[in-house]
This record gives sequence, C-alpha cells and structure tokens, in this order.
Amino acid sequence: MKKVLLFVLAAMMVLSCVACGEAKEDINAKSEGVMTWDEYNAAAIDSTVVVEAYVQAKQGYWEKDGQGLCTIYAQDGVGGYFIYDMPVTKADYDKMVAGTKVKFTGKKAEWSGEVEIIEATYVILEGKYVAEAKDVTALLGTDELAKSQNMFGAFKGMTVEASKDADGNDVAYLYKWNGAGQDGDDLYFKVSVNGTTYTFCVESYLCGAGTDVYEAVKALKVGDVIDLEGFIYWYEGVQPHITSVTAAK
Amino acid sequence: MRKIRFTALILAVITLVPIFASCHGSRGLDPFVMPEAFDTEKEYEITFWAKNDTNVTQTRIYQKAIEDFQALYPNVKVKLKLYTDYGKIYNDVITNISTQTTPNVCITYPDHIATYMTSPDTVICLDELFYDEKYGLGGSELAFEGVEYDEIIPRFLEECTINGKHYAMPYMRSTEACYINKDLVEKLGYTVPDVLTWDFVFEVSLAAMEKDEEGNFLVNGQKTLIPFIYKSTDNMMIQMLKQKAADYSTEVGEILIFNDTTKEILQMIEEPAGVKAFSTFKISSYPGNFLNAGQCIFAIDSTAGATWMGSDAPLSDISEDKLVQFETVVRMIPQFDVENPQMISQGPSVCIFNKRDAGEVLASWLFAQYLLVNEVQIAYSQTEGYVPVTSKAQNSEEYQTYLANEGVDNDLHYPVKLQATKLLLANTENTFVTPVFNGSASLRNAAGQLVENVTKSMRRSEVVDDAYYEALYRDVSALYRLDKNISYGEGREDLGNLPTAAVCLIVTLGIAWVLIGTSAAIEFAKKRKK
Repeated sequence: MKKVLLFVLAAMMVLSCVACGEAKEDINAKSEGVMTWDEYNAAAIDSTVVVEAYVQAKQGYWEKDGQGLCTIYAQDGVGGYFIYDMPVTKADYDKMVAGTKVKFTGKKAEWSGEVEIIEATYVILEGKYVAEAKDVTALLGTDELAKSQNMFGAFKGMTVEASKDADGNDVAYLYKWNGAGQDGDDLYFKVSVNGTTYTFCVESYLCGAGTDVYEAVKALKVGDVIDLEGFIYWYEGVQPHITSVTAAK
Repeated sequence: MRKIRFTALILAVITLVPIFASCHGSRGLDPFVMPEAFDTEKEYEITFWAKNDTNVTQTRIYQKAIEDFQALYPNVKVKLKLYTDYGKIYNDVITNISTQTTPNVCITYPDHIATYMTSPDTVICLDELFYDEKYGLGGSELAFEGVEYDEIIPRFLEECTINGKHYAMPYMRSTEACYINKDLVEKLGYTVPDVLTWDFVFEVSLAAMEKDEEGNFLVNGQKTLIPFIYKSTDNMMIQMLKQKAADYSTEVGEILIFNDTTKEILQMIEEPAGVKAFSTFKISSYPGNFLNAGQCIFAIDSTAGATWMGSDAPLSDISEDKLVQFETVVRMIPQFDVENPQMISQGPSVCIFNKRDAGEVLASWLFAQYLLVNEVQIAYSQTEGYVPVTSKAQNSEEYQTYLANEGVDNDLHYPVKLQATKLLLANTENTFVTPVFNGSASLRNAAGQLVENVTKSMRRSEVVDDAYYEALYRDVSALYRLDKNISYGEGREDLGNLPTAAVCLIVTLGIAWVLIGTSAAIEFAKKRKK
C-alpha cells in the first residue's frame, strides 16, 4: 500500500513539475510570420512590420472622426515597441491592460528619433508578461541606450538640475517644455548623472495630474537625488516618459 | 358629458402642442439686439479662449491686455483660458454649443466659425456692431481709442466674411515662408533665386541625395538629410492649386479638389518623396529641427514659426551639439509663376458668441475691439513673424522702428523673424484664403491627406498609378465625408429626406386631426338639424 502511495505521490510531483514548466511562458517566442525584436530592429523605416509584444502601459483613449485611437508602450524580453495612434475599439482598449499579449502589424516609422509602429492593426492573444524596469543608468550617454528604446527602464541616483522658468528663475520642473503651460500639462524636468544632464518628461496622456508620479515631480527640489522609472522614449535624443519617482536608495 | 369632451380636447391640445414645437427643433438663443447703452454698473464676467504658440510672452500679452481692459471697464472681469492648438479650441466650442456654455470671446479660424454657425444665433454677426455709433469701431462711447473700420487691413477683414457678413475680426496674420540653408544650396552649385520655383526646389533636393561609400550625404557629411520638408501639407496643396488657378471648391461648398491638376501636383511629389528628398512634418518631424542640424535645405513653415529657424534661432528643440552654423535666407514659398506670386493668408481671428444677456455680448464686443489697439497688436506681433492687422499699428512709429532694427540682436530683432514678417508685409496683396463653409475645415484636411498619402506610398515603394489615384480620391473623400452634402451658412444645412418613422408619425397625426375635424363637423351638423 505504501509503495502504491509513494508511486502516486512521485507521479503527482513529476506531473506538477511538468505543469509548472508549461505555465512558464517564453516571452520571446514568436508565432509564424512574426518578427523577433532583432528582426524588427533591423527592418527599414517605412517597411511593414509584424511583432508580438506585451502591453506595458497605454496613453489615454481618444477619438478622431469617430475612430478610437490609442498609443501603447509594449515590449518582449528583448526590446521595446511604441505603437502610435493605433485604431482601436474602446472595448479592446479596456482589454489591453498591462501584461496583455498583442500581435501588432503596421509600418515602421521614425519621428524625431523615436522609432514607432504606425497605422497598426492588432490581435489580442493569450499570454501575460509585465516587465521589471531595466536599469539603464550606465547606458545614458552611450549609443547602446538606443537598443533599449521604448522599454521600461530605471534610472538611479539622478540629481535634479535647475530649469529656467518663464521669468528666468531656477525651478525644479516646468509645465510644458518652456514653462508656458499649466497644471495638467506635461511636466519637464532635468536630471543629471556623471556630469551630463538629460530632460525627462511626465507625459500627461500617460500619467496626468493627480497621479503619484505627477505630484511627486511637482514636489521635487533642485539638488534632490532620485530614482526614476519610465519608458525610454526619444525626442531629439533620449527623453523618458517617467512613471515613478522616489528618493534615491 | 360636455365637460368631459372639453377636458379631453384641452388635454389633447396640451399634449400635441409640445410635439409640434419639438419638431421645430430645440430652443436656442434669441438673436442679439444691441442695447441702447452699456451698463457700467452691472457686473459682467466674460470668458476668453485664446491660443498661444507655447510662448510665455504671448500669454503675458493676453494677461496685460485683460488687466488694461479691466482698468477701463472695472465692472467687466475677463477670464482667460489658454490653448496651444486651434483644433482643441474647436472641439471644446462644439461641445459647449449644445449646453450654451461657449466662451464669450474666442480666438479661432473662419473655417471653424462656419461649423459653429450651423447652430443658429450662436456666433454674433459683427456688421451691426462695427457701425454702431457709440460702441462700434472708433465709437464715441468707447473708454479707449478704438481702431476705425478703415484702419483694419481690408484684405484681412475680408477673410472674416461668411455668406457676405462678418462673423469675426482678424487678430494676427501670418503666411508661410521657405527657410533655406544657403550654404548647402551653394555647395551643390546653385544660387538661391529671389523667387523660388517648385522645379528649382525639387531639382536641388534631388541633387542633394548623393552619398559617399559610407552612406554619408556628400553635401552635409551626415547620415541624415531630408532636403525639403513641408510643415503643413494642407497649405502646400492649397497653394499649389491656387498658383495653378486650379479648382479647389466653390464659394458655396461644392468640392472640386479631386481633379487632374491635383493629380499632376501629386505626381510632382512622387520622385522626391520616393527617394526621401521630400518629407513632411507628420512623417518626419519639425522642419526647423532638421534645418538647424544641417539636415534640411528647404524648410517650409509658418512665418509665425520663424523664431525656431536658423543657427541663431532664439528657440530650438535640438541640443547645442547638434546645431550647425549656416546662413539662413528667407523666401516666399515656391511658385509656378514667379511674376504672379500667391501665398496663403493665415492666422488667428476673434469671434464673439451670443448669450442671453445682450449686455454681456456688448461687454465681449468691447473686449474684442480692445485686442486691436496698438499696444496689443504691436506687442503680440513681435513675439513671432506675425503682422498686425491694422494699418494704425503697422504705420506706427513704434512698429516701424521695430522693423528698422532687424538684426540688432538675436532676440526681439532676430533677423530671420523680421525677414519673415517683412515678407508678408510686402506681399499682403498676393495673399489669399480659401472659401469658408460648413465642411471647409474637412476639405482642408483632405488636401493635406493627399500629399501625406502619396509621400508615404512612395517611401514604401507602393505602386502609384492611375488606379492608385482613383482609390486615393475615393478613400480621402470618404474619410473626410466630402461625398456627403455640404452646405453653406447659418441654419441652412440640407438634412435630406425625413426618416420613414417621422413621415409615418406626421401622416398619422394628420389623419387623426382630419378625423377629429370630421367628427366635430358631423356633431355640429347633427346639432343644427336638431
């Protein structure tokens, strides 16, 4: 009897291990006809691209001429994708929560250095993956950083530098790029590391007024040393869309 | 029994009257009637929705204008709401029309006003206000030295007419200019002519595409070069059509853009777009960013964007290390006929919305007029390559001194900005606007979409042939609903045939009334017989 019981338990253990193995999703596996990130990266601007990736965040849903549109930050285990103004239904927009796997087909484009997928169509797939922030602090100022474009990244030990407001005063952040905006607009602020200063942004369509990060940036002081997380967006150089700010650990 | 019948009749009438009334449409505002006098004892709060170009100085000028106006009219409080996009103002106004919560005074474009006017008595017709002896332009009861009717540049004022009446006043005017990297043009062996032609710009652009073995462009030594970038492709198509005297639309909104000349123009773009010698803002980014980095030769943008153009531009979006030193020259947009140049007139206008309180509308009108005084006009025009809309401001000593000081510094007197301003001043009579009607804003978008689509298709090596153009015209027409009826002016939209259900309801009601009438007549006849 004991032998039988032992056999059954052993079998259950083996099966459990197999089942666990199956549950572990290969986030870099691609379906037939779908590009790997490296293939996508190598594809020419204006060419058709087909990728599978996991939604990490999305900007607000809006409508133009009756057509719903949204902009998505997505990635797999290798690289990031920025899907710009994709036609979408509100129901599907709501389904595309962080982690959702989606197949995107569209045209590869580049706008002010930001590589993106435009005119995209989509198919929502089974699968889930929410990325950990990749620490890219050491890559700032290097060409290597471009390979992490649009991924969810972390920037550690950054010092808040002064920006000039509309009156020429030193301030920690600006509403709009030049301080001409008001509460609710994008926030721009400067941070430095290793002697080089970068402009970071709280994109209001991603994290608007009232969100933790928006209010945290408004509370920054020049000289604060902070850790940040956000999507490694590009505008005439790296200009991350920040989603969290905390005091440096 | 009689009492019951009478009560039933009254109830039927009470029931039916609202039904007929509702068929007539929802109750809007009454037409504005000019008050005898402006009540200076009554408190008014008016809202002013304005657009700035993400420019703090422009915001301050609005704020100062409000403060100065409020000092003159202490019983009027002006609340400013700022936008950086005309489209958002348009959307917000449309949203607020149904709830009668439109702003009092609004910076806008006549194309947009034409859509606002589909709601009757929403936008104030200014003709009566212009000529009012006391509160009109230069009126005797104004608390400030107002501008006279004749002092508004006629060409600009004319642009604010819809269906023969003025529904707006011009606030600022600009046009487009071509900002050129002269050094690169000359390096390619060409000389910048006084008046550019489209052929010249495309020829130079194609000549600039030669690369070395490492993939660097020979002319600038960089991996990136887009020789010709156009910011506003709707303007590009509209101006090219105008220069060719080709059809675009009629004054009353008949859509004529899908014609052979449009196709010829698009075919001109094919080759340079295909080799990426031509691109657009929507596809690549701001022309000024590429120009200032030495990666563009011909950048076409508004004169109201001149402070972003050139190596020494006061405003720049690119880092110092990317800036390249070169000589910037400013020319009018390329032409087909250099002897008869034509360019678009654009820029903000100001309109006034109707309200229940006529005094509130009058307060709005007073403030709108105040935006045309020299202090506002000159200060605002200096923030960009704008031109004041009054001869009074243009001819003032202050403004003339400003123009004469071109180049004394790279800030207020930034030479590229001053040259762009002078370009419009010298060519005011060569400017034009397109007809305004309900749907003209969509037609404008469609004009740009044609250029964008052909440019993208060529970049993607798609087949662009006759069949492509047929499909393009069909798709763009459908996208912007240009295949639907588009009408003109206030409250005249053709809504087509009534729905079947509505027709059935009306017929049923008619039959019911006939039966009621017949029954009443029979009853009456019976009584007579008795």
